[in-house]
Amino acid sequence: MTFLKTLAAGTFAAMALASAASAQEKTEITIATEGAFPPYNLTKPDGTLDGYDVELAHYLCDHMKIKCTIVAQAFDGMIPALNAGKFDAIMAGMSATEKRKEVIDFSMSYGSTGQAFAVLKDTDLSKMPLKDALYSLSSNEEGARKAVEELKPLLKGKVIGVQTASIASRFIDEYLKDTVEKREYKTTEQHDLDLLSGRVDVIMASMGYLKTAVEKPTNDEMEIVGPRFQGGFLGAGSSVGLRKSDTALKAKFDEAITAAKADGTLKTLSMKWFGFDLTPQ
Amino acid sequence: MDIAFLYETFVTLISAIPLTLQLAATSVALGAVLALGLAVCRLSGIWPLDWFARGYIFIFRGTPLLVQIFLIYYGLGQFREVRRSAFWFILRDPYWCAIIALMLCTAAYSAEIIRGGLQAVPHGQIEAARACGMSRFMVFRRIILPLAIRQALPAYSNEIISMVKATSLASIITIMEVTGVAAKIISETYRAIEVFVVAGAIYLAINFILTRVVALIEYRLSPHLRQAPALPAVAAGEMR
Repeated sequence: MTFLKTLAAGTFAAMALASAASAQEKTEITIATEGAFPPYNLTKPDGTLDGYDVELAHYLCDHMKIKCTIVAQAFDGMIPALNAGKFDAIMAGMSATEKRKEVIDFSMSYGSTGQAFAVLKDTDLSKMPLKDALYSLSSNEEGARKAVEELKPLLKGKVIGVQTASIASRFIDEYLKDTVEKREYKTTEQHDLDLLSGRVDVIMASMGYLKTAVEKPTNDEMEIVGPRFQGGFLGAGSSVGLRKSDTALKAKFDEAITAAKADGTLKTLSMKWFGFDLTPQ
Repeated sequence: MDIAFLYETFVTLISAIPLTLQLAATSVALGAVLALGLAVCRLSGIWPLDWFARGYIFIFRGTPLLVQIFLIYYGLGQFREVRRSAFWFILRDPYWCAIIALMLCTAAYSAEIIRGGLQAVPHGQIEAARACGMSRFMVFRRIILPLAIRQALPAYSNEIISMVKATSLASIITIMEVTGVAAKIISETYRAIEVFVVAGAIYLAINFILTRVVALIEYRLSPHLRQAPALPAVAAGEMR
């Protein structure tokens, strides 16, 4: 019994030591991405991985002075595989949601598309102010409120289309409830159709979605206007997924992302891959 | 099952019942008028009218109501000519699009039910009415139509019930009737079974009341099928 106890305690201590050591002295890590979620990550015809996640991963690893191997992995099953130790980090355009946070840890956000408005070209709403400005509900709630106040006179009495139970729908409820009439759609394509037919005056959806939507040939009358909102209940955006035990690695990633933010790498890369700035505020 | 959640869902869904009833009542009422017109066209003996009604019924009975709603709401809205026309103020509104789609669909089914009722009126009764000197219109109003309604009622009650249920399709064009609200609650709570059970129970309750009402009307309209109450002897004597 005593022997077993000693053995158990010894094993536990060894494991704790090993994990502490590995967390502090990691010089080589494996990062998983999907390779099929452009422009976040994609597989080129020659089989190599590329995209916003991949280029940023190279930058972060250089900054952390860690040797990284990037592997492609199916998106579903990525989180269990991370916890099983198949790789050490996930960079696959993965949003840090509350549900995922129960199982794994996330670095700070390295890209947030935010929620944006789209309207028909040449309508009074197409002159919406604060174009391309970005407001965070978490770090700059007051600024976001001020921005909403500035939009209110223009939006007064308009009909806005959102997807049912989406974060955009919640945004309308919390910030523009008495100003606009909200109409909820099952899919985002349906509110696009109603925007084109004029049944709704404006739609609100993820910038990532709207960006591809306005490029469809049938939607050439649609354009993205006004400011974008992110943070808070709108979600923190894409983050690096990490095991809960790897606190040192998380600190390193956070530090590297802060640097990428400060030196404009996030902006340069997101302009290259998305055509707009994803830098979280 | 979580009783508190069921109750909360029920309370939320109750607020959507008036809209469901309004959709059903308006479309059934307007549809009945249109159906009567179509049935008369079918029986008119004038071939352009007959073939128009046949074509209409063929199209609206042969295509799913869901497709009709989509075509009227999203389909018509795509044409610039429609958006610029005088009808746009109606077609712009999802509520009226739903009413129009439901009405057009129920009219096709009801027209055939009414035609069946009209054709089942015994010829002898019409002849008797004509022999009494009634004009064609008066025969229609006094004899044919009441008898036709009575005969068509059981089949027509089916149609009313299916229309109450069909209003649930209006939820796909942003109308927040019972099913629309139920779907919204589900996408917020991920509790499909509880919410749909409550929504189903609400439709069941509406249709229960509806069938009772139709049964009552049927009873009132069919005194000839009931055993006549025995006349008291005195009264019978007085009548003589």
